[in-house]
Amino acid sequence: MSSITVGEFLRSRGVTRRDFLRFCTATTVALGLPATLVPRVAAALEQARRPSVIWLPFQECTGCTESITRAHGATLESLLFEAISLDYQHTLQAAAGEAAERAREQAMKDNWGRYLLIVDGSIPTGNPGYSTIAGHDNLSMLKEAAEGAAAIIALGSCAAFGGIPGAQPNPTGAVAVADVVKDKPIVNVSGCPPIPVVITAVLTQYVTFGTLPELDALGRPKAFYGQTIHDRCYRRPFYERGQFADSFDDEGARLGWCLYKLGCRGPTTYNACATVKWNNGTSFPIEAGHGCIGCAEPGFWDNGGFYRPLSTGNWGSARTIGTAIGVGAALGVAAAALARKRQRDAEGA
Amino acid sequence: MTLLEFARGPGLQWAITIFIVGVLWRLLGILLLRTKKDLSEPRNPAAWKGLRLIALRSWPRREFLGGTAFGEVMGYAFHIGFLLTLFFYVPHVLFFADVSRGLIGTDLQTLTGFAWPTLPNGIVTLLAAISVAALVAVLIHRIVNPVKRLISNFDDYFSWFVTVMPLVTGLAAFAHFVGWPYERLLAFHLLSVELLLVWFPFGKLMHAFTIFAARGATGLIFERRGASL
Repeated sequence: MSSITVGEFLRSRGVTRRDFLRFCTATTVALGLPATLVPRVAAALEQARRPSVIWLPFQECTGCTESITRAHGATLESLLFEAISLDYQHTLQAAAGEAAERAREQAMKDNWGRYLLIVDGSIPTGNPGYSTIAGHDNLSMLKEAAEGAAAIIALGSCAAFGGIPGAQPNPTGAVAVADVVKDKPIVNVSGCPPIPVVITAVLTQYVTFGTLPELDALGRPKAFYGQTIHDRCYRRPFYERGQFADSFDDEGARLGWCLYKLGCRGPTTYNACATVKWNNGTSFPIEAGHGCIGCAEPGFWDNGGFYRPLSTGNWGSARTIGTAIGVGAALGVAAAALARKRQRDAEGA
Repeated sequence: MTLLEFARGPGLQWAITIFIVGVLWRLLGILLLRTKKDLSEPRNPAAWKGLRLIALRSWPRREFLGGTAFGEVMGYAFHIGFLLTLFFYVPHVLFFADVSRGLIGTDLQTLTGFAWPTLPNGIVTLLAAISVAALVAVLIHRIVNPVKRLISNFDDYFSWFVTVMPLVTGLAAFAHFVGWPYERLLAFHLLSVELLLVWFPFGKLMHAFTIFAARGATGLIFERRGASL
């Protein structure tokens, strides 16, 4: 835990009081907390000591790191991210190799039982050599780091649910953080990648109140994952009226009609894309003309093609239907033959 | 595997398989039965005219109208609403088009140049609601009427249940029934359809495949014997 408070740190970076209060208001509202708590959030955040955070990237693509650190440029959200004492993140830190590992071990020792652990990427449970950091396999590194953590944030769908490394046939035996760690509070911030403001909001709540947000059945913050994309989609009225785009370049698409026919997973995907949006609130995938692919949900890679409508289902194949027809016909013929034999026997008797 | 994944995947595949196997088994089992040769002199040699019975039985006879009007009206209300909902609601059409592409490599529109028409969601909702109302009405009638109650068995009530459930769960999913996650509503809708498919060949719902053949066969016999249709 750093001796500098968050307020002192932000002032040293030139953040004005007005900007700071604006951030506190936005984050408080985003977390679903009453607006009356804004002064309390501001006061607590001002005085809070920068918490030690250890970030372990495992089987990941660095998309989550990109999303959090670069998506909005130099905003207050990213400054808050700097305001935490990020003691280990091998993609971002200057140190490398043994020096980086020593920094991690030291930070863990100094803040044992108090540090926040962020994990992005899934954990391979097959051969330990599938993914290593400085010679340490991911599974044992996670177990060791989780033991001294106050709480864990599983960042992105890989850490939260296994993600693409866990997709069929899952060659590395990839699992989510919650499949390995059972005795620590875990917040799943799913998405591929997750929305930056979700992670900063979770961090803000933790720094401010020392608590974690209320979670849904999949361990995600309810404030952000409480409603489906479809529930808040601006194209929803077109769905209700039955007006759908049939292709990505037809008249319906140009008029902004619903993308359900083109495979949109909005009705079954819980995330805040439609309200918080991306690129500093510019838009979200559906607004850019592409359906939601359901990246915040478990197993989204294996839920059929992204361009098959949600109502199609995996009904089988021509082969299974053909087999069923063959079996049914054979049974029918056999049943009729048996009945005919009984008829003949009865007439003969 | 989530409930929705099961309903969209293995559940759907098994239900369709059981439906096809069951329907063919029962249909061929009936159609291939040996018919007893009628050695009597036909009263009417043009027995094929008896096929008129297929259409005639679809309309109430004037002399029985008082007793059958309720059943006829409710029957038509349910069947029309159900079939239009099944075949002209956009998500359903997408499902059939996908099956068509999987079976013959193309869909109806690509094959014929004609698009499969769809109905606006509001109309489909109204039709489905009318279907449910008609089903509730005939159930009440069945329970209240002493004769119908006496001749009703498990098959009647269970067939009613598996028929009404897809409509109810479909309406609930469309309306995003308050407090229930959409994917659970969708899973329940799919599971209710799968229950219908599994039960279909083995209960009275099988009438959908046998009713017109049975009427035709009866008409042929009646006409041959000179009975008034």
